[in-house]
Amino acid sequence: MTIKASEISVGDTFEEVLVEDLKRTQLVMYSGTSGDYNPLHSDDKYTTEAAGYPGVFAHGMLTMGMTGRVVTNLFGPENVKKYGVRFTNQVWPGDDLTGKAVIEAIREEGGETLVDLAITTTNQKGDVVVMGNATGRVEG
Amino acid sequence: MADEKTLTFPVEATHIMMFRRSIGDYSVPDTGMEDAAAPPTFPQAVAQFNPDYFLRIKPGEDWFGSGKNASGVEGQASSSGGLHAEQHFEFERPVRPGDVLYATEKAGKSWEKESKRAGKLMFSERIIEYRDADGELVCTARGVGVKTERPVDQG
Repeated sequence: MTIKASEISVGDTFEEVLVEDLKRTQLVMYSGTSGDYNPLHSDDKYTTEAAGYPGVFAHGMLTMGMTGRVVTNLFGPENVKKYGVRFTNQVWPGDDLTGKAVIEAIREEGGETLVDLAITTTNQKGDVVVMGNATGRVEG
Repeated sequence: MADEKTLTFPVEATHIMMFRRSIGDYSVPDTGMEDAAAPPTFPQAVAQFNPDYFLRIKPGEDWFGSGKNASGVEGQASSSGGLHAEQHFEFERPVRPGDVLYATEKAGKSWEKESKRAGKLMFSERIIEYRDADGELVCTARGVGVKTERPVDQG
């Protein structure tokens, strides 16, 4: 259910479990659809022996994509005007991720009602893995 | 890639459906896929339509992932390919199945920073504008990539 301006207030918070025990197969799925076949996301031998990481890790864009579900569930994908993030920590297979959106503003612009969100996604340790903002169009 | 080059990105319902699954988005039934707007990060999949995209195996070219050896390219620097630091999308209208988008990429700013966890960080920005067949702007994407001096310390 998308949100309506009349039913929300600044400071309201929406949380969603994005993934529990992230699977390597999900990373492979994302490589296939996005076209980003960087072996850091699918090739443990390369990632550990050549690149020096403990193992494969998620594409930042996979985490941004999963986090985007919080945004599209609130606005509907057709109403997203802006969505941007900074990647602050790597995401690993086995991680649990929770996305959170806080309503920062409800405003009128160009005849539309817009809502600004502050977005954070945290892992099971409480580390923030992405943080950013989104703006969407809502019904009054 | 060249500083300015236009890629043609035909937006197909099945591609969006598979993309949605790959980000764990099951909000649209497969039977409704012809009408549903794409998720906001979908424009990134323009990489599929870039003939020069460096993160895809291409015939006749060495690939830096593992085969017999840990890397198919000798002397490949660690953390090659770099990491993604930031990504932003701004939409004039949603992307929908049936759109044909024309994506033009431009290099943006570049800068350096020292970090404790990965040594010298080299940031570079790239901006992609997606326009429709009428030349109308649909989406602007701004990405910041970072190459690290060494793998990011996990401590």
